[in-house]
Amino acid sequence: MLSRIAESLFWIGRYIERSDGTARILDVHLQLLLEDPWIEEDTACRALLSVMGSSAPDDRELSREDVLALLAVDRTHPASIAYSLGAARENARRAREIVSTELWECLNTTRARMPRRVSSEKVHEFFAWIRERAALAVGVIESSTSRDESWLFFTLGRSIERADMTARLLATRSLTEVSGPSWTTILRSCGAYEAYLRTYRGVPSARNAAEFLLLDRLFPRSVLFSVSRAEECLRELEPRSERVGVSDQAQRLLGQIRSQLEYTPIAEVLDDLPRQMDAVQDVTSAASEAIRSRYFPTSAAPSWIGED
Amino acid sequence: MGDLFDGYAAPMAGGRAAPKRPAWDEMFAVPPSEGPEPQARAAYRDIYSSLARMTQEELRGRTDALASSYLAQGVTFDFAGEERPFPLDAVPRVVDQGWAHIEAGVKQRVLALEAFLADVYGPQRAVRDGVLPASLITSSSNYFRQAAGVEPANGVRIQVSGIDLIRDEAGEWRVLEDNVRVPSGVSYVISNRRVMAQTLPELFVSMRVRPVGDYPNRLLQALRASAPAGVDEPNVVVLTPGVYNSAYFEHTLLARLMGVELVEGRDLFCSGGRVWMRTTAGPTRVDVIYRRVDDEFLDPLQFRADSMLGSPGLMLAARLGNVTIANAVGNGVADDKLIYTYLPDLIRYYLAEDAILPNVQTWRLEEEGALEEVLDRLDELVVKPVDSSGGKGLVVGPAASRPELDELRTRLMRDPRGWIAQPVVQLSTIPTLVADGVRPRHADLRPFAVNDGRDVWVLPGGLTRVALPEGQLVVNSSQGGGSKDTWVVGSGQFTVDRSIPNLVAGQAATSSIPIIREHVPDHSPEDRPRGSSEQQQQQQQQQQRVPAETARSTAPPEPERTHGEGAC
Repeated sequence: MLSRIAESLFWIGRYIERSDGTARILDVHLQLLLEDPWIEEDTACRALLSVMGSSAPDDRELSREDVLALLAVDRTHPASIAYSLGAARENARRAREIVSTELWECLNTTRARMPRRVSSEKVHEFFAWIRERAALAVGVIESSTSRDESWLFFTLGRSIERADMTARLLATRSLTEVSGPSWTTILRSCGAYEAYLRTYRGVPSARNAAEFLLLDRLFPRSVLFSVSRAEECLRELEPRSERVGVSDQAQRLLGQIRSQLEYTPIAEVLDDLPRQMDAVQDVTSAASEAIRSRYFPTSAAPSWIGED
Repeated sequence: MGDLFDGYAAPMAGGRAAPKRPAWDEMFAVPPSEGPEPQARAAYRDIYSSLARMTQEELRGRTDALASSYLAQGVTFDFAGEERPFPLDAVPRVVDQGWAHIEAGVKQRVLALEAFLADVYGPQRAVRDGVLPASLITSSSNYFRQAAGVEPANGVRIQVSGIDLIRDEAGEWRVLEDNVRVPSGVSYVISNRRVMAQTLPELFVSMRVRPVGDYPNRLLQALRASAPAGVDEPNVVVLTPGVYNSAYFEHTLLARLMGVELVEGRDLFCSGGRVWMRTTAGPTRVDVIYRRVDDEFLDPLQFRADSMLGSPGLMLAARLGNVTIANAVGNGVADDKLIYTYLPDLIRYYLAEDAILPNVQTWRLEEEGALEEVLDRLDELVVKPVDSSGGKGLVVGPAASRPELDELRTRLMRDPRGWIAQPVVQLSTIPTLVADGVRPRHADLRPFAVNDGRDVWVLPGGLTRVALPEGQLVVNSSQGGGSKDTWVVGSGQFTVDRSIPNLVAGQAATSSIPIIREHVPDHSPEDRPRGSSEQQQQQQQQQQRVPAETARSTAPPEPERTHGEGAC
């Protein structure tokens, strides 16, 4: 498979997962702003923005509408849903000959129907739509892609992005008491609330909820599950059986963070949650970069940078 | 300015005589379109000003959105064999300072009812001390001797209660009836709030509405607390009659939000004085059953032998103290409307307090002269059967026809124990969207209380049911009623509600505020965000290149790309 195509598939996976994750996080957090009267809107909005990797101007109070405008529909904002879906579509276009027609049409219509603004009463509907579109895209791939390299690269991208998204979400917890969401909110954000309740039968406690989202081996959105999945993909991509160690840098990074999480007592992870989640996000970025340099080596393309 | 409240106080159509005392309108002290400037009461001021900006069409659009969201979620009820979304009106009901009063009154009432049930299924001191006539208890159709001597593990028989309240013509809250068997409707409180926040977010702005989402958690804690002694990790289940039950949605919602199993009678069996459920891992013991099945159907060995909904042997297991049935069997005697008339006395007797929430004035037909007076004034009273709930069998005198009244008269004379009579109370009205626009409609309130043995917790809010036909005073959803989201608003004093562990955890977190490192999302090298000037350049180039690009399927590496520039 052409490196360029593989790269596109990898990024389709990441961008679809990112749009889904962002929609979930925003939906629950923006809803929470309405339902919980004790939350300071400005602080909560800033926290949300910074967790999603975009800082906000300091000069004025932020409201739900600002967050929505930036992270949902702004096509030029790199952390927004609109941007991710646009990029997913672009990647599909670059790999159009490999990507199935069904998937292409799905991504293409999604981008075309992406609204430019969402009125406040339609917010929930909008996020539900995003989730549906993401689920549709993933479903199309899962049900009709041969389990060859193309599927592996796609799943690799998804898994890495999932680990990153869950880590971001867990980082929101480390905010201050007033603006920080409860564990219930965090679990609901990634659709884990009902699964959690069935597993632990009870109120989310900090320890159990963190354990579930970080370390559960069966829940597909947990950091551990996603990282392990990514590792599996990498192992399959390079089936050379080796007697000694691991030669692939991405695999090494993912394996390290997985062991670190898996073998640290949960209490210690919790004490240091922000730093740990930082580490997870560092690893996902680094692993992504390692995958790029190994599987998608582009010769240094000629570049023209302005005239200054 | 919207037209929402145009014609709000228009006189009733149909020539029906206006009641002697007009109903208390909860939103307006001075209703609109009566000459002077409309005056909203303090609690509703913010809502009124938000709504007054809306047009009828806008509000109707939102109402449709509420309905379609409910249809999608399956929050429906059966109407003539067709699934209809549970009717939710877009205008919420607001309760402000009055809430503390309601809360205290409901708590007191639940405690008195608990004491009454413990007494009536135990020593019957109230009878011996002459507070209640013995015949009242033995003649109650919901008093079950099978439940006598069954001692609940933590003394609680009423884990969940719904005390129906109304507001009379003077705006005073009164108790209309007690429901301590299997009160339903709490799922609508939870889902109404969710869907309102999703569909009418602007109403919530600037209002500090107390959240209702804690209910399943409180209920689970209360159920666990009621487990038989010596069980560390009680296995709690919700027992439902099955998918055909009209409250099945509620059963699934509660089981889902508590994370416990939803079982039907056929999933359970009793053996060795214990209750088990059939699972893929073999029989699993059940410790607490939150049952949503009526008493008569619970145990065919004790009650109706033809019941398919319960499990034979349940009562034996409960009597042996091996399983807790919540709410307890036999609670129905406390719902008896004749017992209701004694509640103020019972509160004084058991708690040595005066009732905080008064009853509605009620005639006991077996008392001297009462039957004669009631028969005489039948066309101006409301008459209810003592053992029903949900407005079944109720007759509103002024609305009834002559033959109906005649029939009722003979029934009352035949069975005075079976009926009570009350004056017609004009229930308070709240603006509600109906076909003509926004109009006043009568409403009641069912707050829900959860008793865990240490404290009675009252859910801040409750189910407001509203009668949609004009002038209608019966608000049941089975009789064409709608519902409203109920907002308890209040200021700082409620912050103490946050649990101590949360507070402690929060304090610990604030002591070392972590600085979040912003991780800018990774991007594919092809899709990396570009600076605006660059972007403009690119757009210009793209415009020039349009014909060329359509000709080539794969463009060569784009020259404007910068390389080696990490996104983070």
